[in-house]
Amino acid sequence: MTATTTLPANLAPPHPAPFTHSADFTPRYWLFSLPAVLIVAGVIVFPWLFTLYMSTQDWKIGGGPEFVGLQNFAELFRDARFIESMGHTAYFTILAVVLPILFGTAAALVFHREFPFRGLLRTVFVMPMMATPVAVALVWTMMFHPQLGVLNYLLSLVGIGPQNWVYDPGTVIPTLILVEVWHWTPLVMLIVLGGLAGLPREPYESALIDGANNWHMFRHITLPLVWPFIMVAIVIRTIDALKAFDTIFVITQGGPGTASETLNIFLYLQAFQFYKIGYASAVVVIFFVMIIMLSLLLLYARQKSKWNA
Amino acid sequence: MKRLATKLGFYASVFVLVSPAVLVFLWMISLSLKNELDNTAFPPVFIPDPPTLKNYVDVFAQNNFGLYLWNSILVTGGAVLIGLLVGVPAGYGIARGKAAKFAVLILIARMTPALSYLIPLFLLFQITGLVGTITALVITHLVITIPIIVWIMIGYFENVPMELEDAARIDGATTWQAFRHVALPLALPGVTIGGILAFIFSWNNFIFSVVLGGKNSRTLPSAVYNSLTFEQISWGPLAAAALLVTLPVLLVTVLAQRQIVAGLSAGGLKDG
Repeated sequence: MTATTTLPANLAPPHPAPFTHSADFTPRYWLFSLPAVLIVAGVIVFPWLFTLYMSTQDWKIGGGPEFVGLQNFAELFRDARFIESMGHTAYFTILAVVLPILFGTAAALVFHREFPFRGLLRTVFVMPMMATPVAVALVWTMMFHPQLGVLNYLLSLVGIGPQNWVYDPGTVIPTLILVEVWHWTPLVMLIVLGGLAGLPREPYESALIDGANNWHMFRHITLPLVWPFIMVAIVIRTIDALKAFDTIFVITQGGPGTASETLNIFLYLQAFQFYKIGYASAVVVIFFVMIIMLSLLLLYARQKSKWNA
Repeated sequence: MKRLATKLGFYASVFVLVSPAVLVFLWMISLSLKNELDNTAFPPVFIPDPPTLKNYVDVFAQNNFGLYLWNSILVTGGAVLIGLLVGVPAGYGIARGKAAKFAVLILIARMTPALSYLIPLFLLFQITGLVGTITALVITHLVITIPIIVWIMIGYFENVPMELEDAARIDGATTWQAFRHVALPLALPGVTIGGILAFIFSWNNFIFSVVLGGKNSRTLPSAVYNSLTFEQISWGPLAAAALLVTLPVLLVTVLAQRQIVAGLSAGGLKDG
């Protein structure tokens, strides 16, 4: 937890704690969590368990459940569309992590410096990540329009011919990445900026005396020190990119054809277009296992990694 | 000379960083202030001449926008309020009772796609007849608001020194009073941040309303999306509607930028 609260001086502890808080004091705090525990059990844990049950059923909305064991899973791994959506997810996720991390880190280095109107410009830079995804997606859809879109007009000014953007299976995922980078680079910037704010001065002063240039200082002092923050950003970006739904759904619905159908879109279509809820639940289970494993792996990497300066 | 070049390079990079955000929002405003003829002109018309507010009037007059706005306020307001009522004490209980397992559960909930809660909850609401009601939407939005608020509050309560509460209890305060009069006031910035982030993520949520919202209970994001798919696309009103949907969160961002930045580092993964 990096949140900090500073206490006013007059609220400093008046005298040493008269008793240590041993384990038998703990139960009285459970009551505070009870309402939340009940609601979380209802809206979060119940869906997880029920999904696990549904994934073993052949169940379409309108019909009843019928136990089929692991058949949904076996079927999924024979389903070319599912395999394809895994590929799209991997393609999308890698780009949607790497590019915002690079740009966001660069942006953090810029916004770390003092310059006129820094606060205002940073607010403007951060606005995309707060904007409602559907609103953002609608405006980008208009900008991508092959005949009337402003992007093709701007490209024509610099002598680049019209692009098909999201209307071409070959360019649809890179185009969606463009929106994703625009949308979420600010989040990476904020996290890394938080890391830069806590940097000590001393290493830089001694490096200056040793005659180090800017690149050396970045490579051997800044990067190792903010690396834990970049790792946090990588973890958050990876999970978010895997879950990406709103903008893809609004801009392409997975199309053209199935060219931008990621795991999340595939899941939605199976459940709420084809109403195969047993089948879709099996997708959720696989999704869930993937996310948990990936986050554990990344958290482990974060704890292990000491940047080699 | 070299210093001047460095300085110019620096300002150029600031310009490059900020311009994509500025251009998209300006283009959005431009689309919303032009008539349909100018919006579909090629080459594009950049400056609305003369600017018109007709698109905004149309949005309210023709698309039931007022109703969807009210739905959004009810759903987000309800989910944030319940989230704060149960989430703030829960954060305290976890921080003081060292209920690490519950904290991990909350974190996993934050990482799972929102879509994955939807199938079981959809069936449940079908059985109970809640599909298409505001109540169903408020309940699903708790999946978004409670984890954010709990996770942020844990961090804030952990930073409140235990000694202060011990002192209060020596003076005869109960655990509840120690929470209410000592810990809570000190963790108030966390309550603000948790509330703001929960508001933003709940307001922006799209998927729950798409699946569970009825014709009269949709929230704004899915209502605007539906007007795109089911009616003839006209760019001006669509841009105006898009701008209006995102306006409340942009205002909050500008007003509470500092708090948001602090809160995001304390566990505000986006939803979805």
